[in-house]
Amino acid sequence: MQKKHLSVLIICLALGALFAIVQVGISNGMISGYWVTNLFLMGINIILAASLNLINGFTGEFSLGHAGFMAVGAYAGGVITTNLGLPFPLAIVVGMLAAAVAGVLVGLPTLRLRGDYLAIATLGFGEIVRVVLMNIDYVGGASGLKDIPDVVNWPIIFVSVVLSLLLIKNFVRSSHGRACLAVRENDLAAQMMGVNITYYKVLAFVVGAALAGLAGVLYAHYYTIIQPKEFSFLLTFDVLVMVMVGGLGSLTGSVVGAVLLTTASAFLQAIPELRMVIYALLLIISAIFRPQGLLGEKEVTLRTFQKLGGVFNATSGSKQTQ
Amino acid sequence: MQDLLQQLLNGLSQGSIYALIAVGYTMIYGIIQLINFAHGDVIMVGAYVALGAALMGFGFIPSLILAMITCAILGVVIERVAYRKVRPVSRLAALTSAIGVSLFLQYTMMYFLGADIRSFPADILPERTYTLGGVIVTNKDLLVLGTTLVLVIILQFIIFRTRTGKAMRAVSFDGQAAQLMGINVNYTVAFTFFIGSAMAAAAGMLYGICFNVQPLMGLMPGLKAFIAAVLGGIGSVPGAMLGGILLGMTESLVAAFGGSMYRDAVAFIILILILLIRPTGLLGKGVQEKV
Amino acid sequence: MKFRGKWGKSVAFLTVMIFVLGVFAAGCGGGGDTIKIGVNYELSGQVATYGTSCKNGVMLAFDEINKDGGVLGKEIEGLVQDNKSQNREARNVAEKLVSKGVVAVIGPATTGNVQAEEPVLTKSKIPLLATAATAPEVTYDEKNKKVRDYVFRVCIIDPDQSQVVSNYLHDELNLKNGAIMVDKNNDYSVGLGRTFKEFFTDKGGKIVAEEGFIDTDTVFKPQLTSIAAKKPDFIYIPAYYNQVGMVIKQARELDIDIPILGADGWDSPELVSLAGVNNLSQCYFTNHYSVEDPSERIQHFVKAYEEKHGTTPDAFAALGYDAGYLMAEAIKQAGEANPQKIKDAMANIKDFEGVTGKLSFDEKHNPIKEVSIIEMVDGKQKLITKMQPVH
Repeated sequence: MQKKHLSVLIICLALGALFAIVQVGISNGMISGYWVTNLFLMGINIILAASLNLINGFTGEFSLGHAGFMAVGAYAGGVITTNLGLPFPLAIVVGMLAAAVAGVLVGLPTLRLRGDYLAIATLGFGEIVRVVLMNIDYVGGASGLKDIPDVVNWPIIFVSVVLSLLLIKNFVRSSHGRACLAVRENDLAAQMMGVNITYYKVLAFVVGAALAGLAGVLYAHYYTIIQPKEFSFLLTFDVLVMVMVGGLGSLTGSVVGAVLLTTASAFLQAIPELRMVIYALLLIISAIFRPQGLLGEKEVTLRTFQKLGGVFNATSGSKQTQ
Repeated sequence: MQDLLQQLLNGLSQGSIYALIAVGYTMIYGIIQLINFAHGDVIMVGAYVALGAALMGFGFIPSLILAMITCAILGVVIERVAYRKVRPVSRLAALTSAIGVSLFLQYTMMYFLGADIRSFPADILPERTYTLGGVIVTNKDLLVLGTTLVLVIILQFIIFRTRTGKAMRAVSFDGQAAQLMGINVNYTVAFTFFIGSAMAAAAGMLYGICFNVQPLMGLMPGLKAFIAAVLGGIGSVPGAMLGGILLGMTESLVAAFGGSMYRDAVAFIILILILLIRPTGLLGKGVQEKV
Repeated sequence: MKFRGKWGKSVAFLTVMIFVLGVFAAGCGGGGDTIKIGVNYELSGQVATYGTSCKNGVMLAFDEINKDGGVLGKEIEGLVQDNKSQNREARNVAEKLVSKGVVAVIGPATTGNVQAEEPVLTKSKIPLLATAATAPEVTYDEKNKKVRDYVFRVCIIDPDQSQVVSNYLHDELNLKNGAIMVDKNNDYSVGLGRTFKEFFTDKGGKIVAEEGFIDTDTVFKPQLTSIAAKKPDFIYIPAYYNQVGMVIKQARELDIDIPILGADGWDSPELVSLAGVNNLSQCYFTNHYSVEDPSERIQHFVKAYEEKHGTTPDAFAALGYDAGYLMAEAIKQAGEANPQKIKDAMANIKDFEGVTGKLSFDEKHNPIKEVSIIEMVDGKQKLITKMQPVH
């Protein structure tokens, strides 16, 4: 017990320190606007990757509808603040709710499909959302929703990311999450053990969708303009790749994947001609050499650092004896 | 009435393009159950090779053969390098790899040849239009439809009448068992990619002649072809053809009645409905008989 | 250091990836005594064709300027960055360019991407010169009735082109019943279609059919069949050449032989090969200039561009080229490479001679330029007339 309290304390301190350092860095200009943008994008990507991982990694479903859920959240939130002039917190609530409702609507009928069929059906859902948004003049049609209030700042991003990760972590650790894992490993056996598989599948789907909606609201209120074409299936692919590179079924893996690929994309801006070629090669190489992702299903915890420390001590110790 | 007939014919010409692409798609999926997202981009490569040959003065048939050979080899290389090791480990990793290959082909092509849109020289296939009872058909429409039919027949022959075809069906049914029975699974999968990619090249050349050639040209047709394949029953070659034509006709009618903006959405709604009502597709006869 | 087990391998892989990225990062440092101009374009993604043309135009202009001794005794350094045709990347790139100390930014090509970039540059007080963003709101904030101080553009805005073309149709060609077909996924096309309808109906014309398509479409016969059933006198298709070429070809295949008109998005040598020479008879479009214009400046540009890139320039390349020279001119008039002064000089530009016409800015930072009407004759562009739009 004592040890557990200690690790919680250490994590809280580390997070607090991260928050404070970045906050100070932003306010005195040590971190340039460019890195602030990338940091915010990283935060949004972490939420997207972690929530997609909840669906694809922890329940073993294969969803490609994330761009659609994000679009629903972004537009719902955008309408609240931009068209109706209501406050931002309400936009977050409405955006998440709208995406969750979309999650139920899509999840209930399609979740009895399996594997690639579910993948292509959810991909279809995302495209339908995009086409419908493109045809609604109230939200700007193809030219998009513009002049959305620019309210997203570092505290909002930071708190959203931490709360999302905490929510997913606790969900996975809860009896609900255990049931989801059981469904992933063997849904027939799970059903025989009395797990209501449809309920748990839809539940994970809805939580994942709501968080994608949250990412959408943040996205809309940071970039101040959203257009339907941005939420095409290519965006889902980007997120999927983050999940995959980090490790399917590893929450910390998603964080690593999102941070790594956002950074990669940023650095590659300087070589526009070869940017996507190198990005594509990174994907193929990581799929071939680490098909289970960088972290596999493992999580990075404090124990990992202790272990790494141990390895480091051991090697440095052995050097001394030589 | 005449307008409606014309609209159905418009749908047929669009649909046979989908069908042409879907035929190769469905065969590869049938064997290895991998959504080969790069299939659309193999089409693109095929179109560029054929275009290059045509610009160097080769005629229709030599250009076509050159494109088919190049893409068949490309397909085998893709399978060997990007899929073979990954496929058995994880489905998602295989899909990631497929996405990687797709992007790689698109942007390598863009790097070397630029993003410009290109078109075939007009004399590669002199244009003719025929009017039948007020309905207008072009020779390209007929060519695409005819090619698709021929390809379907050839494929059906290979799959059901040859030894390799038998091996393909066996691998599709149960890869491990097939291996135990002495079938060279790797060879069979490679052969499938060889044939499927050659088909893609033919589709690419015809697509390029009908419309245009550019590095991202394979993306949307590839996706639509996949829908067509699912619609017809994935793994079923005649099903892919039927699915493609039905999809094209539906889209054409939707556009004709003022819903051109919703065309893509309708395609996906049909897909979802089919999946829910009849997941094996129109001509799919359950999982066992897939190839 | 020794890596152990699976964990160690992951760490090793991570380290290698970070190292690889680091090398790229190190490679992109610049320096020296140059004037840094950001060049933010769509070099990959959906509209890479347009962005790449613009960038080629801009960089050609910079090369020529530097060969002639640069501006204020310094070379211009164009920092080219790719925004993947995405709004978020356009903003991201703008932040990056600001942190690299650029004094001005040229690009992106499309309206949405410019609008995503604009808040960053306005906040940092750095002028932005857009090349092909034609929506009126780009330089003018409709909500607050305020000009966006730091935003300028070299292209004419949507209403100018649609006004000229509706005058020409109504007064010169004497056609009264029109059909409109727009790319609904493209605000440029939608904007032109909407303003054209307003101008044309104001003049007493009638729009009998309105159809749309989206940029990934390749078959347009369903819409064309519907249009033909309404028997219009002409079709107005303000979209980009890669679709328009196919639309015209398919229209002629369906025996629709009425005039087809469009806007500057048509300007590309590819239009002819996509549509076919014979299909292009009775086709007209509005543009900033004509490649066939014998003026020395235009012919010099066309030749230089062909030498460097092997293709005839399209309208995007021409606008990019003008943007490059206009930027140099503004810096010269500002007297020093200071963003604030460049912005002021830019606003006061008068009668700048570009390949896309003589340019001055109005109070909303939109160029006042003549609009050329071009007819396609035997696959060649023929300049019919030039008209000055009324603001």
